[in-house]
Amino acid sequence: MNPAPSIVFFTVASGAGYGLLFWTGVLRAFGLVPPSSGFGVVAIGIALVLIAAGLLSSTIHLGRPERAWRAFSQWRSSWLSREGVAAVVTFIPAGLFFLAVVGGMEGLALPAGLVAAAGAVVTVWCTGMIYASLPTVRQWHHPLVAPGYLLFGAFSGAVLLAMLAGFWGMATVPAAIAAVLGAAAFMLKRAYWAGVDAGPPVATMETATGLGFIGKVRTLDPPHTETNYLLREMAFRIGRVHAVRLRRIAAVAGFAVPAVLLVLALLTGGALAGVMAVAAAALATAGLLAERWLMFAEATHTVALYYGVGGQD
Amino acid sequence: MTSLPEPQPGAKKLGLVIDLDTCVGCQACATNCKEWNTSGHMAPLPDHNPYSAGQEGVWFNRVHSYEAGDGEDGRTVHFPRSCLHCETPACVTVCPTGASYKRAEDGIVLVNTDICIGCQLCAWACPYGAREFDDDAGVMKKCTLCVDRIYNETIPEAQRVPACVSTCPTHARHFGDLGDPNSDVSKLVADRGGFALMPELGYKPVNRYLPPRRAPKADAGPPRDAGPLPSQIKNPLLRWVDKVLSR
Repeated sequence: MNPAPSIVFFTVASGAGYGLLFWTGVLRAFGLVPPSSGFGVVAIGIALVLIAAGLLSSTIHLGRPERAWRAFSQWRSSWLSREGVAAVVTFIPAGLFFLAVVGGMEGLALPAGLVAAAGAVVTVWCTGMIYASLPTVRQWHHPLVAPGYLLFGAFSGAVLLAMLAGFWGMATVPAAIAAVLGAAAFMLKRAYWAGVDAGPPVATMETATGLGFIGKVRTLDPPHTETNYLLREMAFRIGRVHAVRLRRIAAVAGFAVPAVLLVLALLTGGALAGVMAVAAAALATAGLLAERWLMFAEATHTVALYYGVGGQD
Repeated sequence: MTSLPEPQPGAKKLGLVIDLDTCVGCQACATNCKEWNTSGHMAPLPDHNPYSAGQEGVWFNRVHSYEAGDGEDGRTVHFPRSCLHCETPACVTVCPTGASYKRAEDGIVLVNTDICIGCQLCAWACPYGAREFDDDAGVMKKCTLCVDRIYNETIPEAQRVPACVSTCPTHARHFGDLGDPNSDVSKLVADRGGFALMPELGYKPVNRYLPPRRAPKADAGPPRDAGPLPSQIKNPLLRWVDKVLSR
């Protein structure tokens, strides 16, 4: 599948934003992050900016962005519509959370933060299900895809929160959470890759054409000599060497190294810990961009079979 | 509404039956499809660089050519590919706006291009590559089963079939109600062992493909009980008798 930059950026940015919103809402309720309104404003503010930037980026992908509001209508059947509704609804408690923290209204901040955290979970789950619900792409139609979106969002949000809380000198809990989630994300992604690499194809050229009863099917003449929408969008192929390298970047730089850095930061403390937390956040972001790009680039669609492109690998 | 209509027993399921035995891959169906539909229900169908390198446009029907099997059993098969108007089309249910819909009255899957936002999720959801994005209009387009021909009372009745069907020179394309077991197309599917594409994905395509017939074995040599060859008969009289009787 074609890794459109607008969608790669959208899912990474809004995933991190919702993760940050979730952990700020939850940990603040238990007094495990700096309670000052200055910290709250920065953390919730960055979360909202990331979410909004991601959602704006997703509308760039649309052919008719001015009609985007229509996407809120079909939540009964469409995960994309559910995501849109959940994203917009979550802005209400998230906005209240922000205003309550600014105004020092702790009575409102606590429930608003928890409701916003719940909204964040629902929204990211919907994002994951958009992909996981498509049987046409076997690398997406996998039981670890939607949980992966949740875990990677929670991880990147926790890393950002650990970095921010570090500036206020109270990063122990978010850093510990981020380290654990980083290790979990590393293992989940490895299990996912092992699963999809060993998985059988959804279909073959023989079943796609129904001609398997004659024998092996090969392309003779293509229906068109130039490219088309289907080939550009759904027959995208990534070189094997690049895939191996990018997987390493995603798993090691994106998940493993940030987790280790945060553990070291917890042990050392002080200014050095702050530097390591910043490095962890930067690496996690870069690694997640690679992970999300690969999520598309490695995905194979059944329509490519009709063009004899790579088989269903 | 992108939820699917409740399936009604005996409901019409309009669709195509494509005979892979008689299709000669002439591309007439694809050409007439483009011709009709570029001014039809989903018009226009864009073409970029139509007369130079990098030609690219939206087509609802693409004719592939394959080789299947090897040696004597190998066949060249021309394979037109278009929307199969599935009974449970995920292209419809994934649509966030209600632009994609399946008609309850005849099962045709259509796009309302006035409300489509061009998210292209439907194209991802279609296993068969039936949907192509119109970059100019920013909306998704697809086969309409010539909904603007088949009910069109302003054209002669004989022409009220999809453009691809009307133009096929070898009569490899058939149009009708596949929900009615007594329709001509349903009988044809039953007689010829028509099949659906990738049924294992669960989209329940309505269109059917008729398999290429097996070619008779060409020049299989004399039957096994043909007896000795004339050159193996030593006796000249018997050889003459054999020659006479073999005529």
